[in-house]
Amino acid sequence: MNLTLYVWRQKSPKDKGKMEQYEAKNVSPDQSFLEMLDEVNEDLIKTGRDPIAFDHDCREGICGMCSQVINGQPHGPQDKTTVCQLHMRQFKDGDKIFIEPWRARAFPLVKDLVVDRAALDIIIQAGGYTSCHTGGVADGNALPIGKDAADYAMDAAECIGCGACVASCPNSSAMLFTGAKVSQLAVLPQGEVEAARRVQDMTNAALASGFGNCTNHYECEAACPKGISVSFIAKLNREFLKSLAK
Amino acid sequence: MILDGKCPTGPIETSWDRHRFNMKLVNPANKRKFKIIMVGTGLAGGAGAASLGELGYSVHAFCYQDSARRAHSIAAQGGINAAKNYPNDGDSIYRLFYDTIKGGDFRAREADVWRLAQVSNNIIDQCVAQGVPFARDYAGYLDNRSFGGAQVSRTFYARGQTGQQLLLGAYSALSRQVKAGTVVMHPRTEMLDLVVVDGVARGITVRNLVTGEIESHWGDAVVLATGGYVNVFYLSTNAMGCSVTAAWKAAKKGAFFANPCYTQIHPTCIPQHGEHQSKLTLMSESLRNDGRCWVPKKKEDCEKNPNDIPEADRDYYLERKYPSFGNLAPRDIASRAAKEQCDDDRGVGPGKRGVYLDYASAIGRVGEDKIRERYGNLFEMYEKITDENAYKVPMRIYPAPHYSMGGLWVDYNCMSNVPGLFVLGEANFSVHGANRLGASALMQGLADGYFVIPYTIANYLATVTPGKIKEDHPEFKKSREDVTKQADKLLSINGKKTVSELHRELGKVMWENVGMARSEKSLKEALQRIPELREEFWKNVKVTGTGPEFNQQLENAGRLADFLEFAEVMTRDALHRNESCGGHFRTEFQTEDGEAMRDDENYCYVGAWEFKGVDKEPELHKEPLKFENVKLAVRSYK
Ligand SMILES: Cc1cc2nc3c(=O)[nH]c(=O)nc-3n(C[C@H](O)[C@H](O)[C@H](O)COP(=O)(O)OP(=O)(O)OC[C@H]3O[C@@H](n4cnc5c(N)ncnc54)[C@H](O)[C@@H]3O)c2cc1C
Ligand code: SF4
Ligand code: FES
Repeated sequence: MNLTLYVWRQKSPKDKGKMEQYEAKNVSPDQSFLEMLDEVNEDLIKTGRDPIAFDHDCREGICGMCSQVINGQPHGPQDKTTVCQLHMRQFKDGDKIFIEPWRARAFPLVKDLVVDRAALDIIIQAGGYTSCHTGGVADGNALPIGKDAADYAMDAAECIGCGACVASCPNSSAMLFTGAKVSQLAVLPQGEVEAARRVQDMTNAALASGFGNCTNHYECEAACPKGISVSFIAKLNREFLKSLAK
Repeated sequence: MILDGKCPTGPIETSWDRHRFNMKLVNPANKRKFKIIMVGTGLAGGAGAASLGELGYSVHAFCYQDSARRAHSIAAQGGINAAKNYPNDGDSIYRLFYDTIKGGDFRAREADVWRLAQVSNNIIDQCVAQGVPFARDYAGYLDNRSFGGAQVSRTFYARGQTGQQLLLGAYSALSRQVKAGTVVMHPRTEMLDLVVVDGVARGITVRNLVTGEIESHWGDAVVLATGGYVNVFYLSTNAMGCSVTAAWKAAKKGAFFANPCYTQIHPTCIPQHGEHQSKLTLMSESLRNDGRCWVPKKKEDCEKNPNDIPEADRDYYLERKYPSFGNLAPRDIASRAAKEQCDDDRGVGPGKRGVYLDYASAIGRVGEDKIRERYGNLFEMYEKITDENAYKVPMRIYPAPHYSMGGLWVDYNCMSNVPGLFVLGEANFSVHGANRLGASALMQGLADGYFVIPYTIANYLATVTPGKIKEDHPEFKKSREDVTKQADKLLSINGKKTVSELHRELGKVMWENVGMARSEKSLKEALQRIPELREEFWKNVKVTGTGPEFNQQLENAGRLADFLEFAEVMTRDALHRNESCGGHFRTEFQTEDGEAMRDDENYCYVGAWEFKGVDKEPELHKEPLKFENVKLAVRSYK
């Protein structure tokens, strides 16, 4: 199939960017979206033009590096699918495809479709851990953890830190990302000890980094490639209230 | 030169404990004066940087991705081994040790493997304390499963995302140290040179991938935890950015490269679908616990719908050839068996390079829900890529390059032959011999990072004066100039072929000649082709843009330049090793029924190569291997 792409091009943060048009020819439905872009880039290189910069690494939906807004949707049209796992059979001949970077105040643009997501690391640094040292910990089976709690923690822990939740949110809130980590650790006995301090520190760090507040639009859950549930934001709010009572 | 691994002698059961006692310590008040460079933040580097930071050292950690959390360890699916013996099925440190030595086809060091098995139990405890949500049973205890090549259940897992959860555990510990100020993180920064002064590792030169600036960082010790090199095949299960660059730059500065020909081809990957493909996707080995591998008995059935082929016309070749291990035969064996079927013209799918992995009997036995619970995310991933529903039609799989057992040579302390240069995780060669068993790489990465390097690095640092040589030393200046020159050269060629075109060509040469089966003829062919490709690269590559900016083509070109040099050593190693062992299968050396034929008389050693210059033959150094606790035996899984 043949497609027309409109891609956000911006050489550097200082530059004024704009959408540019490209043709993607003879695209096979079995190709991944990024493989389609690879081929467009090969043509650009051969004609001496600057290829489109985009982030990617694992190309199997787990590293969280890929990050593109496709036709207005972070990670594109397919439910629970990262850009790198999106395949061209989701599109049809003659389609126009608009490709843009994550846009959020806390994610400054680097080049074209590449943004700086260091602010997500800062939220984790504020408290997304248990403060245990290497060595000297208890046997793994010393504290039984109910299967429900373990499964709940795992549901939350599936977050790949891509930032699509932020990109989809009208307030650029990182509450789904933060809530997932807070919830994972709050429900486990190993994390419960520091739960009160953690939820405060992480929430404050999110606001200080320029992420907005959550006003219940729930766009984040729809955009999340891992299906992280908004119930973790509710859990974050409960944990926050609990922490104030302490 | 005969290399000495400096392994402790005496009874193996107490070797690590005695060694730990004999090592020197660094006074707690002095630790912060020592600066440690950690390149890589995967399981090995992330765990190492966090643990060293906790001890009070001043650590600088580097990775090429935009966050430490994205190292390719994140992609590991299946699980991590430990000798806990929770299921009471006969596991022990000795058994894990024995399985790893045997699985590695008797080409690994006993002492290193023993230590790995011993600390494996601490790893699980550590991860649980970090909040890693391992699978649990209804009583709340940790669940185990059995994994390729093992007859006990010793694999711990977190759904199909074990690597992700372990890495996020290490990343959280690392984040805590970044907050505490003991670790400074340098993401989007690629190491492009090792700085060696008077034979001692003193720092690195890097490129800031956002601004393109070339900078140096001094360190009292440099630790590389930069992962594996199977992207030399172009198509592999590794991430797009995985490269041999850090390790190869160190090799060019004098570090020996050990056993580069030992590469693992993983049996359960989704087959290639076309020319434009950029990478191959692994389907976890755990799938073989319930799936059965087969191909049609008759060539004319290969095009048929598999569900229409009657039971009697299917060849469950692994069950036939290896009755006691069946579908759980180790990776090298399962991969070669799949290749044999396809070479015999009984492959299925596009290009007939595929075999079936069938769940019909497992679904019949335990029901579709149970299978969904066990492998749901893998079936989903398979469907996204192939558009096929594996609950209804058998999956198609084919082997793909996956892991490198070879790596920089290190002694028992994880230090290379260059003093002050340490190597951890997949980047070193130490514990897997000629073949790695499933769920052992995660174990090794975390063992090296949490429980080995914190001790052994002190033994070295106790002998050096902190901060003696810094970035103003002439060697640092020279290193920056060399790195800048290479980038300028790449940008100036302005040829006709793109980096990916040339990488694909190299990959094809390597896959066809130095892949699953190698012969003297194919290896000599590769030794002819690689220098030709290298020459073409330096004359005809096209890299757009400039140096001082965000430039992904320049990054890729630098990585390919290193693969083009490294490929030659890898091939030479394969050619010199006139035997078949583990992942290294030489067609000249096989038994009548096609099994690998090892030659312990002549090749029971680690082959470590010293770089002598591009276009010059490297020099081979040997470290003889002694087996005192496991009897050298033919590795049979019949
Ligand atoms: C798809 C897949 C599934 C797997 N499943 C399993 C499994 O189930 N069980 C198991 O035990 N093993 C598994 N493995 C193997 C295992 O995941 C890896 O061997 C292991 O995680 C490697 O860890 P590492 O820390 O050595 O390297 P990596 O995790 O690869 O980390 C390398 C680090 O080095 C950095 N780096 C590299 N080069 C440079 C440079 N030049 N400059 C700066 N930084 C650099 C990277 O940014 C990264 O941070 C799997 C591997 C793959 C690919
Ligand atoms: S919550 Fe979902 S969208 Fe947000 S960072 Fe995590 S995986 Fe990405
Ligand atoms: S490239 Fe890793 S998740 Fe898409």
